[in-house]
Amino acid sequence: MMNLVLRRLVLFIPMWIAVSVLSFVIVHATPGDPAASFVGQDAGAASLDVAHRRLGLDRPYMEQLYHWVAGSLTGDLGQSYFLGRSVATAILERLPVTFSLGMLALLVGAVVGIPLGTVAALSPNSWKDASTIGVSLTFLSVPEFVVGMLLIYVLGVELRWFPIGRYAPLSDGVGLWLHHLALPALALGLSQSALIARMTRASLLQVLGADYIRTARAKGLPEKIVIGRHAFRNAIITIVTVIGLSLALLLSGAFITEALFQLPGIGSLGVSAVLRRDYPVIQGLLLVSSSFILIVNILVDIVYGLLNPTISDR
Amino acid sequence: MSTPVIAVSNLNTSFWIEGKWSPIVHDMTFSIAPKETLAIVGESGSGKSVTALSIMRLLGGELARVQGQVLLGGRDLLGLSQTEMQQVRGNQIGMIFQEPMTSLNPVLTIGFQIAEVLMQHRGLSAGAAEAEVVRLLDKVRIPMARARFHDCPHRFSGGMRQRVMIAMALACRPKLLIADEPTTALDVTIQAQILDLIKQLQEEEGMSVLFITHDMGVVAEIADRTIVMSQGRAVETGATSDVFAGPQHPYTRTLLAAVPKLGALGAGRGPRRFAAVNPETGETNDAQEMPNTVAPTTVLEVKNLVARFDIRSGFFRRITSRVHAVEDVSFALKAGETLALVGESGCGKSTTGRSILRLIEPESGSIKIAGREILSEPRGRLQSMRRHAQMIFQDPFASLNPRMTVGTAIAEPLHIHNQAARAKEKVADLLSRVGLSPDMSRRFPHEFSGGQRQRICIARALALEPQLIIADESVSALDVSIKAQVINLMLDLQASMKLAYLFISHDMAVVERVSHRVAVMYLGEIVEIGPRAAVFQNPQHAYTKRLLAAVPVPDPSRRGERRMGAVEEIKSPIRAMDYVAPKRQYRVVSPGHFVQI
Repeated sequence: MMNLVLRRLVLFIPMWIAVSVLSFVIVHATPGDPAASFVGQDAGAASLDVAHRRLGLDRPYMEQLYHWVAGSLTGDLGQSYFLGRSVATAILERLPVTFSLGMLALLVGAVVGIPLGTVAALSPNSWKDASTIGVSLTFLSVPEFVVGMLLIYVLGVELRWFPIGRYAPLSDGVGLWLHHLALPALALGLSQSALIARMTRASLLQVLGADYIRTARAKGLPEKIVIGRHAFRNAIITIVTVIGLSLALLLSGAFITEALFQLPGIGSLGVSAVLRRDYPVIQGLLLVSSSFILIVNILVDIVYGLLNPTISDR
Repeated sequence: MSTPVIAVSNLNTSFWIEGKWSPIVHDMTFSIAPKETLAIVGESGSGKSVTALSIMRLLGGELARVQGQVLLGGRDLLGLSQTEMQQVRGNQIGMIFQEPMTSLNPVLTIGFQIAEVLMQHRGLSAGAAEAEVVRLLDKVRIPMARARFHDCPHRFSGGMRQRVMIAMALACRPKLLIADEPTTALDVTIQAQILDLIKQLQEEEGMSVLFITHDMGVVAEIADRTIVMSQGRAVETGATSDVFAGPQHPYTRTLLAAVPKLGALGAGRGPRRFAAVNPETGETNDAQEMPNTVAPTTVLEVKNLVARFDIRSGFFRRITSRVHAVEDVSFALKAGETLALVGESGCGKSTTGRSILRLIEPESGSIKIAGREILSEPRGRLQSMRRHAQMIFQDPFASLNPRMTVGTAIAEPLHIHNQAARAKEKVADLLSRVGLSPDMSRRFPHEFSGGQRQRICIARALALEPQLIIADESVSALDVSIKAQVINLMLDLQASMKLAYLFISHDMAVVERVSHRVAVMYLGEIVEIGPRAAVFQNPQHAYTKRLLAAVPVPDPSRRGERRMGAVEEIKSPIRAMDYVAPKRQYRVVSPGHFVQI
């Protein structure tokens, strides 16, 4: 088990470098000149040259790449063209918002999805099963922004139960924080819950057909224990894996949800950076979000190993 | 007669299949006296397991209907609520199953899984339960029981897991143990140990046993009384010795005729067909010995074959040890001859078979098929060489593509080897050769039974008219009567087509029946090789003797002759990196009969 974790951690370094190179190449391969938007449409060639020099865009491509990758390894993601701050600071300021939103959405997904999936699996092909599948299909097929807009309209505008378009950090108190994040987390979490419900159902159904469930019943254990202890412990291994992998989906959903609810997270930072061709910020965001996915994958592997004794032996 | 422990009367079980109730078990009536062992024997689909699960009421909810009466200690189990039934299961009736590898929960420790029963039914505290579990593990002879309490199932072998299952089933000292094919998935020496253990514990605890099996040898070994089941009905019931000595029902006679009996061939030279019994009339035509098919030409010559697999571990995934799957194996096979490779799981017999077709790349050695060296052939030329040697696998369900008609599957090798011209006639001819009708070629595999599918696999293997067939456990998954038919077919084909068989099997009784010569493998090496009669009548190597002693003999009058020693696991051929395989020496016992010193 320790070996597994160590191997994953060591492999993280080359992957980080690869991701870092990739984010540079992707950003610089896109057409357009950031200096142009910096000095304005009507500026002459001379002022464009000055802008190039100031932004470091006049230096050779490979040198710029090296500079970026080497900097990213030490946590220096460069300076934003427009924000007047370092990219790292700009991202760190906004990360808690996105993180809060993501975690709350995940909580919604798990709290709604796992019980729904369990109910469906315990009476397969019944009306309960059919309605669960129906509900989850609806959540999966309706995009987050539609759910979000409905929530804003009904609970925010009409009923005025929740504030819209504002954010309160955790330091203002848990109640306030939750109150402000409830709707976006719901909008983002419901599609997650659909995914988790379907995975829970499939995984639990498979486990319920296993020989060791028959053994547990033959031992005279009450059905509660057969399901809760024997079936669920095995089913959760698959569910955790899926939840981990779906975090990537959650991240892209968070960009849209933040824009919709006007939350000051990295999503809205990203949108404005793209519109202004703020290369360093785009690169930094690409790097941070890809590393997040890398880290989640490692965590999933570790949790998987902890839950599954045949893995932890290796 | 004392009051029976359990009395089953008019048990009828039906399953809800495609909108109607289909009866699976009809009118089963039997009882089991205290300390008695009753065996229910039958082939797959006979309803024997469903009978057991009906008694335990473990059949899935609304899709199964159980009627009749099952009296246990004066109560009708079929009338109990689920909660009352939970107090019977694991407490008054213990049950063990066929698949030790999957019957234990992989994420819970074995100790906890046994303790659970004690805490549930006897209300023991966790501490008291642990002490009792250690005692139970000792009782089923798990070495170092206390230390192994906290291990999860994957650290145990199949035999050890079945011991854990037994400890679990017996934890609350039930009056009745239901054992559903408990040894079927185990190697023969392990099977013998588990059977001994069940018998011994039964004497100690004074419980009754309902033993469900397809194996007549096991029945003869363990049961006081026997019920023979066929198509959901009990066709014959009686004392085990009577059933074996004077079977009344034609089906019982068919079954008994199809059971290979170790030592039945005596000093005869060649293979012998199974007697064919007409299931309606019960008429038997005698088993005849096959004419001599062995020709002087050598078809296959294997010399100093070595196959090893790397085991990697640690941070850098370095090779830390190796499985010495096949170690310095040499033998030859003549046209029309059958050489059997026998041994238990992990002995390297299948790896040897696969190496010959280079489905696995062996490490060194030499393999000549029809005089041509196989191991030096470039990969691209392997296809043409594989024409001469074909393989038949164990699982007829998994080895046919479900989306390909049988005709296409049989013709496929012809297309690959550019012989498509007469493919249609060829397929028709092959199907009739293996006892199927040529018009079946347009059907899909799922329309056939297991035995028929194996015939199809044989037809496919024969399509290119190979000289050599490697049959890897080809009849092991088949029911005994079907097994006998397929073996008869293989013997007939050998006689008509002068086929050489490399017959890989773990079943000593079948091997005795089909082979001219036998090679016994153990830990990747051939420990004994020789003419069949010599190896079976005069075994020299300790392992050969052990293997032969472990085979249950389907003759109740010879019960108790077989005795196994202490708990012993099959050893593992995993060796350290620096292990150098010792050069083995062989002693000549008689002409052609060699034994490892």
